[in-house]
Amino acid sequence: MTSLLEMSGISKSFDGFKAIDNLSLQIGEPELRAVIGPNGAGKTTFMDIITGKTKPDEGSIRFGELSRSLVGMSESQIAMLGIGRKFQKPTVFEAQNVRENLAMALKNPRGPFAVLFYRKSREGAARLETIAEDINLTEHLARPAGELSHGQKQWLEIGMLLAQDPRLLLVDEPAAGMTAHEREHTTDILKRAAKTRAVIVVEHDMEFVRRLECRVTVLHEGTVLAEGSLDHVTKDPTVIDVYLGRSDAGH
Amino acid sequence: MTQTRRSFVQRNPSVLWFMAAIGLFTALVAVMSEATGAGLISTSFVKTLGKTLCLCLVAIAMDVVWGYCGILSLGHFAFFGIGGYAIGMWLMYARTEMIVTESLANQTIPATPQEISDAIGNQIFGVVGSSEFPAIWTFADSLAMQLAFVVLVPGLLALVFGWLAFRSRVTGVYLSILTQAMTLALSLYLFQNDSGLRGNNGLSGLQNIPGFQDSGQDIISLVFFLASSAALGLGYLLFAWITDSKMGNIIRAIRDDEARVRFLGYHVESYKLFVFTITAVIAGLAGALYYPQAGIINPAEIAPIASIYLAVWVAIGGRGRLYGAVIGAALVSLLSSWFTGGGAPNINLGFYTIQWVDWWLVLLGFTFVLVTLFAPQGIGGLFDKLVRKS
Repeated sequence: MTSLLEMSGISKSFDGFKAIDNLSLQIGEPELRAVIGPNGAGKTTFMDIITGKTKPDEGSIRFGELSRSLVGMSESQIAMLGIGRKFQKPTVFEAQNVRENLAMALKNPRGPFAVLFYRKSREGAARLETIAEDINLTEHLARPAGELSHGQKQWLEIGMLLAQDPRLLLVDEPAAGMTAHEREHTTDILKRAAKTRAVIVVEHDMEFVRRLECRVTVLHEGTVLAEGSLDHVTKDPTVIDVYLGRSDAGH
Repeated sequence: MTQTRRSFVQRNPSVLWFMAAIGLFTALVAVMSEATGAGLISTSFVKTLGKTLCLCLVAIAMDVVWGYCGILSLGHFAFFGIGGYAIGMWLMYARTEMIVTESLANQTIPATPQEISDAIGNQIFGVVGSSEFPAIWTFADSLAMQLAFVVLVPGLLALVFGWLAFRSRVTGVYLSILTQAMTLALSLYLFQNDSGLRGNNGLSGLQNIPGFQDSGQDIISLVFFLASSAALGLGYLLFAWITDSKMGNIIRAIRDDEARVRFLGYHVESYKLFVFTITAVIAGLAGALYYPQAGIINPAEIAPIASIYLAVWVAIGGRGRLYGAVIGAALVSLLSSWFTGGGAPNINLGFYTIQWVDWWLVLLGFTFVLVTLFAPQGIGGLFDKLVRKS
């Protein structure tokens, strides 16, 4: 397992509030990693920084064999480098159908003129069908994405991620609002994807994280509190104190 | 599940309908015009119809930039006006040159080129107290150059303006304000006498086409009507093709969630710039066809209100569908000239007389509010509902 993404000493503050505080993290390829943490731990900012939405105040992010620095690159450049992101709230293009949503995400040239003169290829169509099958939406390809159920939208967005064929997937709360059955399928999709690429899942739901059977990073106040197997981190007294203990006490 | 590939026309049935409708309409008007002898439609009405077609063309450009790509530009009528000015400069220069040469031809000593040039300058710029040709008139004697400017000036202006605005990620209402400021600045500049374009006098006599002085206005108006109709047809095809391509998917996606499109790896700014520029170019072309039919162009044409009207037409017609923009522009602009031109009878209420010249704007504003509230998809949206039901 070689290292794909290396973040070191990343800090970011908003109006004096330190959202990310000297955060360092490494992800290998392939790897499945869960990132957990209480509200306000900096999970979303962490993703924003990797994907270029937010510029860090300090620190470096290196990606790939060439160790290219992501700091200062635009969102689209980072996406083209092979980092895909799924948002917490499913954001699919509701006015367009499932096929169009997936087709936009398919790995193809992204320039305006290439897109204007783009012609559908058989390989592209085949790949689209495969992904649709993977995310259980084969029967819904012609439906507007706005008509899908919440869970299906989540899948569609994961499907769009897969269509981009990224090396690193950032998935924010993929199981939110899903039924138990849907969750199981989501776990399968993510595990399968993580066989060939790096996948970072940010999740609240411990049960879901347990089923992913992967290494877990606990974030707290913008920094890594603990890292290891789920059993390992859940036994860590500091983790129990800031996260699990608090939420257990709440219930 | 195999999907059979459908042709462009099958995917866009409106293209076929539109072409049939505009073809039929054009043929009917041509047959009934004074030029062909039937004389059922007056020459001035042929001009009105021809101008309406040009307005429809700029409306579909507005629909692509706003309805499809989500950029509420309040500057597209400025591009339209620039196209008009560009062609107007040649029309005015060439015609004045002809008149001046004719009147100087009777002199015993032939006039020198300098004398001719001075006389032309005097004729054109006398109204603003000048006789010098400003630098922007350098190529006014060349039809080819001025035609190139019809496309290049709006295109370059849109490219530079768009690049600056989109690069700074100015969106939504701020972008609208910025485009409106551009329009206002341009219009105010042109109002000045030393702008080089005759200030508030504008360019006039544009209905006289040099080289065709022997043809009557009936023939000229019909030719421009046919040209406008062809331009609208081709423009419709071009935009239908763009919005049907994968580009269409991307620009609609940008309209709905620009940030998400960025994370898919698309450089959103390039797409906006492409759409903004190509629609500006088409707007310029539409203006170049419009003003020779109108006969006159002045800075008031470019005032921000014109660009707002353009948005109103598209909203009433129905955003995001090309034929909606055509319906909106044709309907509202024709009704507008009917109401303000004294076509609609005034209503006498006994204690007050509703004069449509004054009240038309109120009616239009009221209609706009109603459409926004009860038919947000515009007339085109109602039309779509009917088609889906049947």
